[in-house]
Amino acid sequence: MFPTPIQRRSVSVRLIYKISLFLVLAFWLLPLIAVISTSIRPGSDISAGNYWGIPSSFAFLENYSEVFNPQRSPMLRYFVNSALITVPAVLVSIFISAMAGFALAIYPFKGRIALYAMFIAGNFIPFQVLMIPVRTMFVNLGLFDTIFGLALFHTAFQTGFATFFLRNFIAELPFSLIESARVEGATEVRIFFTIMIPLLRPALASLGVLLFTFIWNDFFWALTLVQSDKARPITFGLSALKGQWLISYNLIAAGAVVAALPSLLVFFVLQKQFIQGLSFGGVKE
Amino acid sequence: MASKKHEYQLLELQYKLAPVYFLAPALILFSIFVIYPIFQTIWISFHEWSGFGPLKWVGIENYKTLFSDSRFYMSLKNNILWLLFMMLAPVIGLTIALFLNQQIRGMKLIKSLFFFPFVINLVVVGLVFSWFYNPDLGLLAELFKLVGLKPIPVLADENLATFGVIFAGLWPQTAYCMILYITGLTSVSPTLIEAGRIDGASGRQMLFHVILPQLRPATIIALTVTVIGALRSFDLIAIMTAGGPWGSSYVLAYHMYDEALFNFKMGYGASIAVVLFLIMTVFIYFFLKNIIKEEK
Repeated sequence: MFPTPIQRRSVSVRLIYKISLFLVLAFWLLPLIAVISTSIRPGSDISAGNYWGIPSSFAFLENYSEVFNPQRSPMLRYFVNSALITVPAVLVSIFISAMAGFALAIYPFKGRIALYAMFIAGNFIPFQVLMIPVRTMFVNLGLFDTIFGLALFHTAFQTGFATFFLRNFIAELPFSLIESARVEGATEVRIFFTIMIPLLRPALASLGVLLFTFIWNDFFWALTLVQSDKARPITFGLSALKGQWLISYNLIAAGAVVAALPSLLVFFVLQKQFIQGLSFGGVKE
Repeated sequence: MASKKHEYQLLELQYKLAPVYFLAPALILFSIFVIYPIFQTIWISFHEWSGFGPLKWVGIENYKTLFSDSRFYMSLKNNILWLLFMMLAPVIGLTIALFLNQQIRGMKLIKSLFFFPFVINLVVVGLVFSWFYNPDLGLLAELFKLVGLKPIPVLADENLATFGVIFAGLWPQTAYCMILYITGLTSVSPTLIEAGRIDGASGRQMLFHVILPQLRPATIIALTVTVIGALRSFDLIAIMTAGGPWGSSYVLAYHMYDEALFNFKMGYGASIAVVLFLIMTVFIYFFLKNIIKEEK
C-alpha cells in the first residue's frame, strides 16, 4: 500500500488522519450539504436572510410537495419526460452497440479497424459541433420538441461510446466458445443471443449505469432540441424554473435535489458496476 | 443430399453476412446523427444561412469574419484557460485518491461520498456554485465578511467570471479523475512498494519513481477526459453566467450556440464549430494513433 498504511502509524497520527478525513469530506460535499439544507428551509427563512443558520422550522414536506404538485410546478412532468427519454435510449443503445461491438470484435472483415476508429472518434468530438445540422434535421423530420426525437438522438450518440466499450470487452472473451458453437451448426444470431449476451451481462450492467447518468444529466441537447414543457427533461426544466421561482431558493434547491437524485441513487446502488464501467471503458462521453 | 448442401450454403451465407447485419443498426444511427452532421457543419460553414430557405455560398467569408471578431478571440482564450486550469483536476484527483488509499472501517462509504459530484448533473452544480458566489447571500460573501472584506461579485466581474465557472467545473472533474486513480491504485504492485521501502526510498521518490509510472494508464485516461471536458464546457456557462458579463466568459461552444440560435447566423456559427472540431481533432489524432497501433 502507498502511502504507508495508517495502521503502521502511531495512535495520534491515526487520530489526526481520521479527523482530517472527516473535515475534507465535509468540505468536499459542502455544495451538496448547502443545497440539501436549503431545500428543507421554510420560505420565511429565505426572505429573512437565514441561509446558513439553523432552519427556523423543518419544511421538507411543504417544499417537496410544492415541487411535485402538478398544479404548482411542471417538475413532475419534467421528471417523467427524463425517464421516458433516458430508459429507452439506454436499453436500445446498449442492445445495438452489443451487436456492433460483437461484429467488430469477432469477424475479421476488411475495414473493421477503420469503423472502430470512427466510433471512437465520433464519441470524442465536442458534441456542440453537431448542433446546427441535427437541429435542422429535427425540424425538417418533425422530431424537434419531441421525447422520441431526443431519445433517438441520445441512442445514436451514445452508440459511439457503447460500441467502443463493448468491443473491448468482447475482444477479451475466449473465442473458443464461439468456435465450438459454430462447429455444432449454430447460426451467428443464435451465438450472439445464447452465448454472447450472457457473457456480456456484467459489462452491460456497467455500461447501462454509465449511460443512464450521461443521458439523464444531459442539458445541451435538451436546450437545443426541445422548446416546450411537453418534452422538456428535468435538467432543462430546472434551469427554466429557476427563472419562475426567482428567489424561492428553498424550492429551487428542492427541485435540484429531485433532479440529482436518480443518478445519485443509481450510482449508490450499483456502485460496483459503475466503477468497473469507468475503469474498463475508460473514456466518458 | 441436395437439402443438406442447401442448408450448408445458408449457414455459410449468414456467417458471411454477419458483420453487415450486426453492425447495421448502430452504424446507420451513428452515421445519420453523428458522422454526417460533422460534414454538414463543415459545408454550412462556407455559406450564409439564417436556418431557413436556401444556403448562399460565401466561400471563406465566415472564417475571415472570425478573425476580426473580438468575441471569437475571447472565446478561444477562455477555452485555453479551461484547458489549462482543468488540468488541476487530475492533480487534485490523484492527491485525494492517495489520501483515501487507506484501509479503515467505513472507507468504502467515504470513497463513494467523494465520488458524488461526478454523478450530479451540471445544472445543479452550476446552481449551487452561483449561490456560493452570490455577493448578498453566498458562502463566499460570508467568508469575506468574516475577515472584514467587502464581498466580490465573482460572476459579475469580467476578469473573474471565467475562473469562477472553471472552479465549479473542477469539482465534478476532480471527482472523476479521483475515481480513475482510486481504481488505478488497487492494481499497483505491492511487492514493488515493499522493495522501495526496503531500499529506503522517501515518500516523494516512491510517488514519482514507483507509483506514478504504474498509474500511467489512469493518467492517460484522466488527461483525455479532462481535455474533452474542457473543450465541451457549455452547461456551466449557460447556467452560471450566460456568457457574461459582456461576453467575458464565452467559450467556442457557447459562441457558436449564441450566433446560430439567437443571431440566426447558422453559417457563422458553423465556422466556429469547425474551429472547435479542428482543435479536438488534434487530440483525437494522438489518441487514435495509440489505439490503432495497439490493435495492429
